[in-house]
Amino acid sequence: MQGKENKKTSFFSIPWVQTITASLICILLGLLIGFIALLIINPENAWDGIVTVLKNFWNYKQATKQVKYFGQTLVKMVPLLMCSLSVLFAYKVGLFNIGVAGQYVIGAGASLYCALGLGMPWWVCLMAAMVFGAVWGAIPGILKAYRNVNEVISGIMLNWIGLYLINTILTQVKNPTGKDTFTVASKNPSALIPSLGLGSLFNNEKTVTIAIPLAIIIAVAVWVLLSKTRLGYELKATGLNKNAAMYCGMREKFNIILTTAIAGALAALGAAMLFLTDSMQWECTQSSVPAMGFNGIAAAFLGGLNPIGTIFSAYFIQHITEGGAQLTKLGYFSQISDFISSFIIYLCAFVLFFRGIMNRKPGDRAGRSKKGGKKA
Amino acid sequence: MTTLISYTIFFASVLMLVALGGCFSEHSGVINLGLEGVMVFGALGGALGMRYADLPPFVMVVCCVLMAVLFGMLYSLLLAVAAINFKADQTLVGTAMNLLGTAAATVIVKALNMAADPNNTSSEIVYVVPKKFFMVNFMGFEISYLMLLAVVLLVISYLVLYRTRFGLRLQACGEHPQAAASVGINVFRMRYAGVLISGFLGGLGGLMYILGGVSQWKFEVGVAGFGFLSLAVMIFGQWKPLRIAAVALLFGLFRSLSNTYNGFPFLVELNLPGSVYNMLPYIVSLVVLALTSKNSHAPKAEGIPYDKGMR
Repeated sequence: MQGKENKKTSFFSIPWVQTITASLICILLGLLIGFIALLIINPENAWDGIVTVLKNFWNYKQATKQVKYFGQTLVKMVPLLMCSLSVLFAYKVGLFNIGVAGQYVIGAGASLYCALGLGMPWWVCLMAAMVFGAVWGAIPGILKAYRNVNEVISGIMLNWIGLYLINTILTQVKNPTGKDTFTVASKNPSALIPSLGLGSLFNNEKTVTIAIPLAIIIAVAVWVLLSKTRLGYELKATGLNKNAAMYCGMREKFNIILTTAIAGALAALGAAMLFLTDSMQWECTQSSVPAMGFNGIAAAFLGGLNPIGTIFSAYFIQHITEGGAQLTKLGYFSQISDFISSFIIYLCAFVLFFRGIMNRKPGDRAGRSKKGGKKA
Repeated sequence: MTTLISYTIFFASVLMLVALGGCFSEHSGVINLGLEGVMVFGALGGALGMRYADLPPFVMVVCCVLMAVLFGMLYSLLLAVAAINFKADQTLVGTAMNLLGTAAATVIVKALNMAADPNNTSSEIVYVVPKKFFMVNFMGFEISYLMLLAVVLLVISYLVLYRTRFGLRLQACGEHPQAAASVGINVFRMRYAGVLISGFLGGLGGLMYILGGVSQWKFEVGVAGFGFLSLAVMIFGQWKPLRIAAVALLFGLFRSLSNTYNGFPFLVELNLPGSVYNMLPYIVSLVVLALTSKNSHAPKAEGIPYDKGMR
């Protein structure tokens, strides 16, 4: 923009370099805190512990097992990526989609009920999840546009309502021997998302399906929609200034509702893409909202609020979550990785500050006044 | 009926305390979405007090309350530093604090449990005996000292907010911080005060929450959205202490129905699934918010980082 000054800019003032550096700082500080926690709990194994978290599937010696567990990590990355896309999409339009967890729950409920209760094929189940997720997601949008209700509060309320609702509905397709729903394979194999031979790449891991490439395609599509289309431009304009957008003839209320509906559909689709692989079953007695949605918030911010960036950040968070599950062997417990990732989200709030440091040139006025301000 | 009343009073006083906390923070201009995490940490502080301290009953109660309050305030510093000094996005910080609260409390309790007994990997703290110290028989009801404390704190909150110089200055910082600064009020200090008071009340609310009905607490489950319900109470209460107290009673009633609906023949006859009663407080708050948010009395500058240069 300012052509004259561009020549002087250093490597660290390029925006994408700043974004990546800031995210890496968050990750390193988060891991450091995790390491300190491990040191306090049991100093002997702390280093092995943090290495275990980071290695995840490389902890296995055989190559076949490594590939298999890599596949499983990818399978669970899919819903996380979709949730973070949902958060990111809404955030670009100025809305904080904390209701992503509820939309995820609705997606799980809709897809599993269509698969197990109604015996539909997989693509109908995916569509059903999207439709119900969009409707559920639109509620905070409608309340925001017409009733001025803060979307954060209404989203949180809808998370809990959705959880109890889906628990009740899915109890009808519960396996009588336990708390979980039936596996999709046992009731309706046609509802399993097809693998198209992808599973054979991962040592015949059955849960690896076309959901993985599909999620990455959707991430790219979200990027195109937001930065290359008129609709994306209008949505972002609405997010920046609702009144200005209205003045320019944009339908600002419609745009808000559309945004939340798309965000809801993305999160719900993510849930369907996990549960229709039989990677896990729904537990009908859960009493807390699944962490997947909230981790999606982490991934979105860690990815620098860029759809392509979230592919990597979602993978990273899932990677350390799976790695954390193996900590039990060393006498720790798996919640350490939740602790690390939640601390990383907290650090993400400081990204602006990290960027500020990188923008500061040595000896310039902003730097000095900042230092002076700290002492005062 | 008596169980319904005692449950209602219990839930209402928790909601009221935490909502008052949110109210102080927002009046100073900082949105405290992390109240859920603050509650968890307050509960953790109190539970640790009950587990490790071995004191005569009354000192024990005081000690646990102080621990809960201290933990809540320390935890709320995470928000204060990020939002006030570093001008961070308050919604994001609050969300992170809620996740971190449950995760960190689980890690701490598990680590302590495993240090005491390597085979004990649960995240539970048991406090059967100390819990009894908190209870007092009042006109046939088993109530806890903390409920009396809650009422006292309600009165104090009202007086502080409307009848003291500090309270009025605090509110000025939430309405128009630049104007407040122009007459010599230190906005940073006021906002710190607001957030710390919310940590105080939120932490106490957390301790009170885990003392209701049960004698052990599993820290993995957090506080089941109570921090968020309190925010709804605060909004419906229009950021005014006395209205907050009234609204808390209403929400407490709906919340207690899910524990007690079995005792009412006409509710059992409706034959609704139990989850309907679990959903009820959330549905009610959603409807109430839709009806009341149009002309909100929210502090005007809440959520906006204070920038000296912006007048």
